[in-house]
Amino acid sequence: MTTPAGDLVLQRLTKAYPLPDGGALTILHELDLTVPAGETVAIVGPSGSGKSTLLNLIGTLDQPTSGTIHLGQTEVTSLRGQSLAEFRARALGFVFQDHHLLPQLTAIENVLVPTLASRPTADANARASALLDRVGLSERRDSFPSRLSGGERQRVAIARALINRPQLLLADEPTGNLDLDTGASVISLLLELAADQGATVMMVTHNPEQAARCQRTLRLREGRLVPQGAPA
Amino acid sequence: MNLYEGIRVALMSLVHNKMRSFLTMLGVIIGVAAVIIVVAIGQGLKKDTMSRIERMGTNLLMVNPGPSRRGGVVQEMTVINLKEEDAVEIAKTVPGVAGVAPEVRGRVQAKYRSRNTSIQLVGTSVDYAKVRNWKITEGRFFDDSEVRGRKRVCVLGSQVVTDLFYGKPAIGEFVRINGMPFEIIGTAAEVGAMWGSPDSTIVAPLTTVMYRVLGQDNLSSITVSARSAEDVDKVEKGIEVLLRKRHRLRPGQDNDFNIMKQSMFLESMAEAGETMTRLLGAIALVSLLVGGVGIMNIMLVSVTERTREVGVRKAVGARKLDILAQFLVESVVLSTIGGVLGILVGIGFSQLIARQSGWTAIISVSSIIYSFLFAGAVGIFFGLWPAKKAADMDPIAALRYE
Ligand SMILES: Nc1ncnc2c1ncn2[C@@H]1O[C@H](COP(=O)(O)OP(=O)(O)O)[C@@H](O)[C@H]1O
Ligand SMILES: [Mg+2]
Repeated sequence: MTTPAGDLVLQRLTKAYPLPDGGALTILHELDLTVPAGETVAIVGPSGSGKSTLLNLIGTLDQPTSGTIHLGQTEVTSLRGQSLAEFRARALGFVFQDHHLLPQLTAIENVLVPTLASRPTADANARASALLDRVGLSERRDSFPSRLSGGERQRVAIARALINRPQLLLADEPTGNLDLDTGASVISLLLELAADQGATVMMVTHNPEQAARCQRTLRLREGRLVPQGAPA
Repeated sequence: MNLYEGIRVALMSLVHNKMRSFLTMLGVIIGVAAVIIVVAIGQGLKKDTMSRIERMGTNLLMVNPGPSRRGGVVQEMTVINLKEEDAVEIAKTVPGVAGVAPEVRGRVQAKYRSRNTSIQLVGTSVDYAKVRNWKITEGRFFDDSEVRGRKRVCVLGSQVVTDLFYGKPAIGEFVRINGMPFEIIGTAAEVGAMWGSPDSTIVAPLTTVMYRVLGQDNLSSITVSARSAEDVDKVEKGIEVLLRKRHRLRPGQDNDFNIMKQSMFLESMAEAGETMTRLLGAIALVSLLVGGVGIMNIMLVSVTERTREVGVRKAVGARKLDILAQFLVESVVLSTIGGVLGILVGIGFSQLIARQSGWTAIISVSSIIYSFLFAGAVGIFFGLWPAKKAADMDPIAALRYE
């Protein structure tokens, strides 16, 4: 049912913004990285070090200046238009710092939003209910986001990210707006659900405890990966 | 995203913002309602006018002295030569004729007690009431012996009764016409404003008016009714042949008379009504367009407000086309709901106006269909640009949007 597992491979991935004076502001410097399928990875680093930029590149929301990203056999950076949209819907799940739920839709409808695009499946409804059940919100399926607490909203967002059984779950400071306890339980859910599906997880966090729950921690500093074992 | 889902999602967005959705629709509602009302009242007025004319008879022809009007210029005739004999001969010899009313007209002073008015006096034969479908409500029309005897009797149009008698019974009273007393033997029902309406005239025997009042024996016109609408053309031809012979016109010489048909008048009336309806309808359509601009304005605001929604949708795999469709469906749903409400409001107001004014309102199915389709087209046209703007958004910028 899930798409064939595949490693995430970044090669000499570079992101730079042109400066008005003709030079360039390089945010990410020739990153090389391999994440085996199903691994959970925490990305840590000071603000402005390029964590979100990296996640957005992997998530195809942004285009690299040079370098490549592969997910299994797919060369992600060359996708455009229809196939890009399909790739996002099929292979990727996003959880943002802000829940980004649509205010006019109920919890269950928000979970179903990714299924509206391109390929509606018959069992989507059942699956959305099951996911809401799994994140402990089966009672709140018809509530609008404005009636949910921060933690509940983020749990709906996790269900939404997983509705299409993505291969890769990208989370950018998913607990950034939550208190510590709520954050911890949200992370637990996220990791559990991802593990259920065998999804690869890339999660940006500032919380060392959360990072410790991932199998590997990547440190970013000024757009470069700090070698494993080096001082933080 | 399939269309059904799209409409459902669009409806949810619109319901989420009820007041704004309604205000946005208001432009379209007013525009569509205006179109419906204008067309309904226009068609109603047209029908009223037509039926009024028809009540007078569609089989009417009017023979006037002088050649027919060319290029809107009335050619002045020195010799006016329609005589009573012409009318008599038409009645006697032209096939298909049902009635003939020779008419001589002139302005006179009519006086009753201290009330004095300048009025049109018509001298005619007994056929007049029948030919013109003139209903005598009280008293009677004059008869042949009164015409032959040049009797001073008269019948009053409804407006004259109002003006001189303030609507009180007038039968048996005497009205002075140019100083001569005429006995009032009948009063007529109101006909309404129209071609040669007899409401504001006094009608008296032809001979009396010719020889006792106006002192002339030339006719102003001859009104002829054909037996049926099909006979009208035949009668026209017959009259032409007869009068040319009687007036000793050589072949190639122009007619010294002209014949107008009621049906011609009917057609031009209908055309004028149509033109008026079209014109007002066009103005109403412009207001519908203005309503469309309102939709575009709100859709632009809505797209900006929902920038992050667009970002989320794109991040989870919505194609440009999906985003475009989403906003387009929303504006079309807005405009068509506005259209439906506008149609209902339009129908309601047309009926109300009709009831208040005594006019007829005719709600035509085509005006409903056209204004509905037009409202839909307005939604597409004015929704396209905002939808395109949303579809072209960069997902990261959209997600970051505060
Ligand atoms: N569109 C842009 N133009 C120029 N600089 C940008 C742009 N987007 C992000 N940056 C810069 O990239 C750097 C990394 O940003 P980001 O990836 O958001 O950092 P982090 O998520 O680690 O806090 C920051 O210095 C930021 O100012
Ligand atoms: Mg960040």
